[in-house]
Amino acid sequence: MTEFKLNGKVVKTSAPDDTPLLWIIRDEFKLKGTKFGCGIAMCGACTVHLNGNAIRSCSYPVSLVNNAEITTIEGLNNEHPVQQAWVEEQVPQCGYCQSGQIMQAVSLLDMNPSPSDEDIANHMNSNLCRCMAYRRIQKAVRRASNKLVVQNHVPDSSRKEEA
Amino acid sequence: MNSIKAARQGMKLTRRSFLIGSVGGSMIMAFAPGALAAASASDSLKDKVFAPTVWFEIDTSGAVSVNVAKAEMGQHVGTALARIVADELGADWEKVSIRHVDTDPKWGYMVTGGSWSVFTSYKPLSQAGAAGRIALIEAAAGLKGVDAGDCDTENGFVVTPKGKVGFGELVRVAEFNRSFSEDELQGLPLKNPENYRLVGKSSTALDIPPKTNGTAEYGIDVEIEGMIYARPVIPPTRYGSKVVSVDDAGARNLRGYLGYEKLTDPSGTIEGWLVVLAKDYPTAIKAADTIQVKYDAGQTAGVSEDDILKEGRRQVEDPNEGALFVDEGDYSEARRSAKRLVEATYITNTAMHFALEPMNATAHFDGGIWHIHGGNQWQGLTLPTLAKALEVAEDKVVMHQYFLGGGFGRRLWGDYMIPAALTAKQTGKPVKLIFTRADDSRFDQVRSASVSRFQATYDASGQFTGMEHAFSAGWPTMAMAPPFMADSVDKKAKVDMFSASGADHWYSMPNHRAIAINNDLAQRTFLPGWLRSVGQGWIVWGLESFIDEAAQGAGVDPLEFRIRLLDGAGKQAGKAPESVGGAKRLRNTLEVLKKRIGYGKALPKDEGIGISVTAGQERTMPAWIATAAHIRLDRESGKIHVMKITMVVDGGVIVHPDGALAQLEGSAFWGVSLALHEYTRFENGEVKNVNLNTYQPLRMNEIPDLDIQFVESNEVPVGLGEPGVIGIAPAIGNAVFNAVGIRLRELPMTPERVKVALTEKVG
Repeated sequence: MTEFKLNGKVVKTSAPDDTPLLWIIRDEFKLKGTKFGCGIAMCGACTVHLNGNAIRSCSYPVSLVNNAEITTIEGLNNEHPVQQAWVEEQVPQCGYCQSGQIMQAVSLLDMNPSPSDEDIANHMNSNLCRCMAYRRIQKAVRRASNKLVVQNHVPDSSRKEEA
Repeated sequence: MNSIKAARQGMKLTRRSFLIGSVGGSMIMAFAPGALAAASASDSLKDKVFAPTVWFEIDTSGAVSVNVAKAEMGQHVGTALARIVADELGADWEKVSIRHVDTDPKWGYMVTGGSWSVFTSYKPLSQAGAAGRIALIEAAAGLKGVDAGDCDTENGFVVTPKGKVGFGELVRVAEFNRSFSEDELQGLPLKNPENYRLVGKSSTALDIPPKTNGTAEYGIDVEIEGMIYARPVIPPTRYGSKVVSVDDAGARNLRGYLGYEKLTDPSGTIEGWLVVLAKDYPTAIKAADTIQVKYDAGQTAGVSEDDILKEGRRQVEDPNEGALFVDEGDYSEARRSAKRLVEATYITNTAMHFALEPMNATAHFDGGIWHIHGGNQWQGLTLPTLAKALEVAEDKVVMHQYFLGGGFGRRLWGDYMIPAALTAKQTGKPVKLIFTRADDSRFDQVRSASVSRFQATYDASGQFTGMEHAFSAGWPTMAMAPPFMADSVDKKAKVDMFSASGADHWYSMPNHRAIAINNDLAQRTFLPGWLRSVGQGWIVWGLESFIDEAAQGAGVDPLEFRIRLLDGAGKQAGKAPESVGGAKRLRNTLEVLKKRIGYGKALPKDEGIGISVTAGQERTMPAWIATAAHIRLDRESGKIHVMKITMVVDGGVIVHPDGALAQLEGSAFWGVSLALHEYTRFENGEVKNVNLNTYQPLRMNEIPDLDIQFVESNEVPVGLGEPGVIGIAPAIGNAVFNAVGIRLRELPMTPERVKVALTEKVG
């Protein structure tokens, strides 16, 4: 039995210890926003946060998240500045990788609210976009970063849950 | 030559009428077959006896819903189509939404491919919107007691001399019941493009918000009450494998394992398949990894990439091979009288789709109907085979459409849906079947490896006199949609237009012969696929590289050489409506590009700029594009760094500019990825690189700068989802030559290949 917090709510699963977290999130707890892409942690479509850090849920055994806090795309509540920037820059094409891209970008900005272009490329490089909307992903991360820098001068309660 | 056009016309509504009626409190507008025009429009609409590929309705709040029977795979097609309707209608864009519909046969023939959607829908949708506008205006004029001629629509209102009336109010108070005949539709006044308020203006795509919060639903997200999970065990060859024995002892210990099923396919699509079944998908993954299957493999179990290329090389040298695709002037005579030749052979390796959402489908039988859930681009092709596999009539199968986690041509022919349907049929349970990434790659309809041979002829004065071009690959259309094959020029053979387009280029050449050859070994070994930009992707890579070689043979600058050949004479003049202006529009993009990049400027050592011109996807729907690639070559590592891609694009009216730009940005990076990174090789009858550890598409750290410029045009809009890919590889290859003087004739242009070429040059 593994117990963890999923988007702030305590959940329990009796799945075998080595079950990848991805399938627990998607099929047991019905949060379909996190996607299955390569299954070997190399595309990033399955990216979620474990205690605020980006992990690849397709290759992360559920037993290792015991007592941890897991945040998925749904946990951003559709109000994160990164999500807004994604709409403003019209980033998604097919959209399949974008939950993972957004979670990866949020983890970057949590660590480093004003990344350089090189920081962005280095951090986002592990996430494949098969439609290759890379230029817009890059722009959207920059845009979100600008917003956060402005916001950080004015404390904003909406960001507490990612902390 | 005309089969692609014929295919498109098959999708167009030929004799039809347009119906507008009040149904259930809404105003519904739809195309119907002409025969229905006699019945009451409202009755026909109420009974849903209409056959539109797109129809729309307005409710009492004034909300406009556009129903779209096209696959959404990242091209924001619904947004582009809805804007065409909404513009003519005079709707408020804030109140427009899109619904993607299932495949009830009455919605008509469904295909989303070939970058055709906007091209084939532009005029009928404009007419539909105009008809709706007229009906609304007439209703408002009646209500206000004014002359309809004094009214117009704007932003969701009919504007009359006695004030504005909202669309919603008209739907509440007026009764709509009218039909427009084909002739009336043709006679409707359409907006002058200069008066467009939505088409060609900046806008946001309606499918984007759900793709940023996890709510967009893809095929893989479908759940059906009581369903079990399945993972296929892919046989060692695409064709002819038989299961000899199965040992699932290792899987039986897995909690949730439900056994396996050998599939019998009456449609003949899959051979030698079994699937493992489980209560959850991770158990199905493990079970399929554990299960031991012995096969009697098909005849191609030993085939390698080199075998396929060797066959291609043999074919392009054999004058008896292939189908005559272009025959201008008398090439044989040009060859006989030539004083000099330039010859070169180009190859490409196998490339894969790698759509990020692995192939999947969910099947269940309910109420006497088979429901097949999953993203698909070509329901018109897939549904009949599903019916055959399930041994039911076609009207007993409904395909339910979802967002596609990448299409790129892989989800046209839905072979991946067959095993899901068969498993549901054989187990009597709802089944969700998902391919793992490796399964998906092994079952991919790959872009065939190819060989292209070119020969240019010159007369005594060094003038270029003609070109011969023979090219061989596996043919997708031959395998998946043979009725769409076209006759060769001499009517002696059939040609897969999707594996030949591009060789019928827009250059005027006094003598030009092109021969399309099917690589039979490729055809037997795998199912060749339509990969984004299809044949043009490999054919024009060779062609536009060789045009540089041919120019050098004539001692002419490659850009100047192209300008001279793009004279728009004879068959290159283009024709209305699809290619008005012909080669001259292509030449214009090149002239604009020349200025934009400062062609000929001095560059630092080991840097170069190369160019190409392309007119994908076909002569019947050309998107005129000139491309320049600026590269730097690292001699030590052999790595090509693409610094910048510049594109000048004439695609007619640009319906959804930001969407078009997004498609071109993605296409440019796809072009770079296929030029430098993506390839696999056949080994023992199968692709060798099945996941991202060895199959390596472009990532963010290697993207070049992009400069994409549209040429202003009021001509018919053409598709832009694929053509941007085509010119990138040859522009890069030409840039490499200009930088360091090596001619790369193998795709992708890997560091290893660069180093070999550098060594040969020194040697």
